[in-house]
Amino acid sequence: MKILVCVSKAPDTTSKITFTNNNTSFDEAGVNFIVNPYDEWYALVRALELKEAQGGNVTVLSVGGADYEQIIRKALAIGADDAVRIDAPESDALSVSTHIANYAKDKGFDLILCGKETINYNGSVVPGMVAELLDMPLVALAAKLDVANGVATCEREVTGGMEVLEVNLPAVISAAKGMAEQRIPNMRGIMAARTKALEVVAVENGASSTSVNNYEMPPAKSACKFVDPANAAELITLLHQEAKVI
Amino acid sequence: MKTIVFAEHLNGKFTKSSLEAVSYASAWSASAGGTCIAVTYGNIDASVLGTAGASEVWKMDALSSADGDQVTKLMLAAQKESGANAIVLSHDLVGKSVAPRLSVRLNAGLVSGATAIPAGNTVKKNVFSGKAIAHVTVNSELSIVTVLPNSYGVNTSGTACPVNAFSAEVGSARVRVKEVRVEESESIPLPEADKVVSAGRGMKGPENWGMIEELAKELNAATACSRPVSDIGWRPHHEHVGQTGIAIRPNLYIAVGISGAIQHLAGVNGSKVIVVINKDPEAPFFKAADYGIVGDAFEVVPQLIAAAKAFNATK
Ligand SMILES: Cc1cc2nc3c(=O)[nH]c(=O)nc-3n(C[C@H](O)[C@H](O)[C@H](O)COP(=O)(O)OP(=O)(O)OC[C@H]3O[C@@H](n4cnc5c(N)ncnc54)[C@H](O)[C@@H]3O)c2cc1C
Ligand SMILES: Nc1ncnc2c1ncn2[C@@H]1O[C@H](COP(=O)(O)O)[C@@H](O)[C@H]1O
Repeated sequence: MKILVCVSKAPDTTSKITFTNNNTSFDEAGVNFIVNPYDEWYALVRALELKEAQGGNVTVLSVGGADYEQIIRKALAIGADDAVRIDAPESDALSVSTHIANYAKDKGFDLILCGKETINYNGSVVPGMVAELLDMPLVALAAKLDVANGVATCEREVTGGMEVLEVNLPAVISAAKGMAEQRIPNMRGIMAARTKALEVVAVENGASSTSVNNYEMPPAKSACKFVDPANAAELITLLHQEAKVI
Repeated sequence: MKTIVFAEHLNGKFTKSSLEAVSYASAWSASAGGTCIAVTYGNIDASVLGTAGASEVWKMDALSSADGDQVTKLMLAAQKESGANAIVLSHDLVGKSVAPRLSVRLNAGLVSGATAIPAGNTVKKNVFSGKAIAHVTVNSELSIVTVLPNSYGVNTSGTACPVNAFSAEVGSARVRVKEVRVEESESIPLPEADKVVSAGRGMKGPENWGMIEELAKELNAATACSRPVSDIGWRPHHEHVGQTGIAIRPNLYIAVGISGAIQHLAGVNGSKVIVVINKDPEAPFFKAADYGIVGDAFEVVPQLIAAAKAFNATK
């Protein structure tokens, strides 16, 4: 089975979020970037498990500049076989998706795995756009994935329960928590990653249909009001009379 | 301006997130002096969508269930027929499957997870897991917006509206539903809950969750937990909130024995009122709280249950 895993970079979850250029761009100074957790923990690890069980090849793909290499090496260290970087700015979801689809269209991937969303832009958009551009079915936010005889079976959470879905391959699937368990790369993986193939593809800038005008910080919370633990019942009164939420 | 909005239903009822999307779409078109058409399918009384603000409903009766491809085709046909210049969906499973496809097909800019009505062609949305807000500009004539659940209130002041039959060539489903397993519990589904009682490792073990469930029941709230709690199997995975679990935005979020790590906050910082109960006055969660009790959960929570019972008795 040939599997493509799309991996994005994201600021370390503990990063302080600040903006520059008059609040028009994210300030990357001092920010440590990681592989977007959904892409690494769930999509990539599940791809590797499927390959280990059934044979095949796992390629990771990122759209982005040279600063992506560290992220890609991490994915290779976890176990991906090879990697591709499409050398283009991540202007918006449409441009990223167009680059992914253009690369994948004639490579015969059985499965294209993405994370459910990037934790910086929180879009949940790229997997659906890639599916449409490649005319493939999409299962969004799958929490379980199995493949047999050219059919993918997924489970996902719906209001009040779980649903089991089936699609014929090739398909695009976006991964939510539950699909796999995080894997920590070992020394052998890290060494091997250094010599694995990382192809860099030069492209024309893709068309984009949205742009960020500016950023703003959410309004500051007012100070916490403390209730005496010996008189905790007071909290219920405050929630009713003051906060008006019960 | 004219908007069309997709409304999904489940077990004979429109979902809360769909009603929010219809309310949003109607308010948006009304703000620009236009009308809003709600699009749906199947066997349901759809005139109620008028209550949320729709001026009319277009319903495809022949379709009883639909996958993302089919909803996409339905919305493409409705857009063409109506000449709408904006398309709205909820940022739920349907919206996440359909809106990106519509964006590609119509060459229309998409802003996903909007939290407010657009100002001109600029739409507000949360980014960096709620740690910041972005104003995103749509650079196309047609805009597509998905509305973040629990961020826009449901309008109930409208009146029932006409439902017109609509039909489109939607093809067959490529995603086949094999089974739906409904969880037996009578508890409120977390993503739709208006109030949530959540607990963390401070509860010491799964045997102590009885009081969390009891407090939730008295407050008519859903239950949630921190990640380590679901990882070690004290609580089911679907209760895990935060960066890698689900993000919720209830009106009231009560956190018991949760330290308030940044990855946990990322999933709950959109809540309107946050209450933190923790025995450590230095717990970072207090910085994000509206109300706090520094104390032992095993002493505080039973008092709250008693107070909530007394409060309910007076209602
Ligand atoms: C990439 C990444 C993603 C993550 N995603 C998530 C996520 O989605 N959701 C999430 O929750 N976490 C997530 N985490 C983990 C997160 O960093 C924290 O480790 C976790 O939230 C801590 O859980 P906790 O507060 O239950 O436990 P602890 O940190 O152990 O805190 C327990 C708290 O209980 C208090 N306490 C103890 N006894 C009592 C008592 N008797 N009465 C009252 N209070 C008491 C303590 O003072 C303490 O504050 C993520 C981490 C990483 C690195
Ligand atoms: N620049 C990128 N390169 C490769 N994959 C990406 C990129 N951006 C997003 N993705 C993939 O698309 C998923 C959803 O991203 P988004 O729509 O931006 O929330 C991510 O989890 C990745 O799997």
